Amino acid sequence: MSKLWFAFLPGLLFGIGLALSGMTDPAKVVNFLDFTGTWDPSLALVMGGALVTFAIGRRLVLRRRAPILGGSFPRAVNHRIDARLVIGSALFGAGWGLAGFCPGPAVANLAAGHLEALAFVAAMVVGMRGAQLVFGLDRA
Amino acid sequence: MTIVDFTPVSAAIGGVCIGASAALLLALNGKIAGMSGMVARLFTGTVGDRIWRAVFLLGLLAGAAITFAAWDPSKVFRPDAMGFASEHRWAVLVVAGLLVGFGTRLGGGCTSGHGVCGMAAGSRRSVVAVLVFMAAGAAVVYFYRHVALAQIG
Repeated sequence: MSKLWFAFLPGLLFGIGLALSGMTDPAKVVNFLDFTGTWDPSLALVMGGALVTFAIGRRLVLRRRAPILGGSFPRAVNHRIDARLVIGSALFGAGWGLAGFCPGPAVANLAAGHLEALAFVAAMVVGMRGAQLVFGLDRA
Repeated sequence: MTIVDFTPVSAAIGGVCIGASAALLLALNGKIAGMSGMVARLFTGTVGDRIWRAVFLLGLLAGAAITFAAWDPSKVFRPDAMGFASEHRWAVLVVAGLLVGFGTRLGGGCTSGHGVCGMAAGSRRSVVAVLVFMAAGAAVVYFYRHVALAQIG
């Protein structure tokens, strides 16, 4: 049980990364998506930097037989492409473009006490619960 | 097209921190750092599972709080970028939140789960998700910035 507290450290690093990257500013996200107007390419570097770092880190980590604190690594990589993936991602993208928030940065903004982020996260949780109940997702 | 507010150095450093966090979580706990799943699965699963997710999110809040306090430029927060009249702001935020919450569960991930972890693992599923959510986001922004607002004047 005490091992669970090691989740705090990666969380801390994730929060620092999100805040440093500037992705907690909705305008930077919306400007990234505004390819024909005022374009801010920063998000591409955030995603690229994270992707390259994790791709290398993942290869090194998966040389181990099991995670350091026990348990097992995730099952094989999922390649399944279906209607739920496409429709869900389209709905997510629409909301992302509307407000300039995706889940990580929206939660990080709670640390700054922004009421806009609070309203967004509350609605997001309702949407998540709705999808879980309607489609029976995320059952343990 | 005009390039604005480009912050390549802080963006890349922030990205490396996010990727390192995901690698650390995998190494320690064997878990994937997808933020939509992290929040959504606070409500499902075993007690132990819920606790470590809550602890991760508390760490995320602490990391963001430290950075906001230490580094002024990262405090920049411009929620009016959406360009809607201010009286519609809260309605737009709620609609956007519902779409993001529902969509990320149905699609099984967001910018971190699909965009970083899934794509780094070479998942075709994640590549499709990223192409679809970026296209949808760009289409929505194009509509309200360059079609709707242009007509209102």
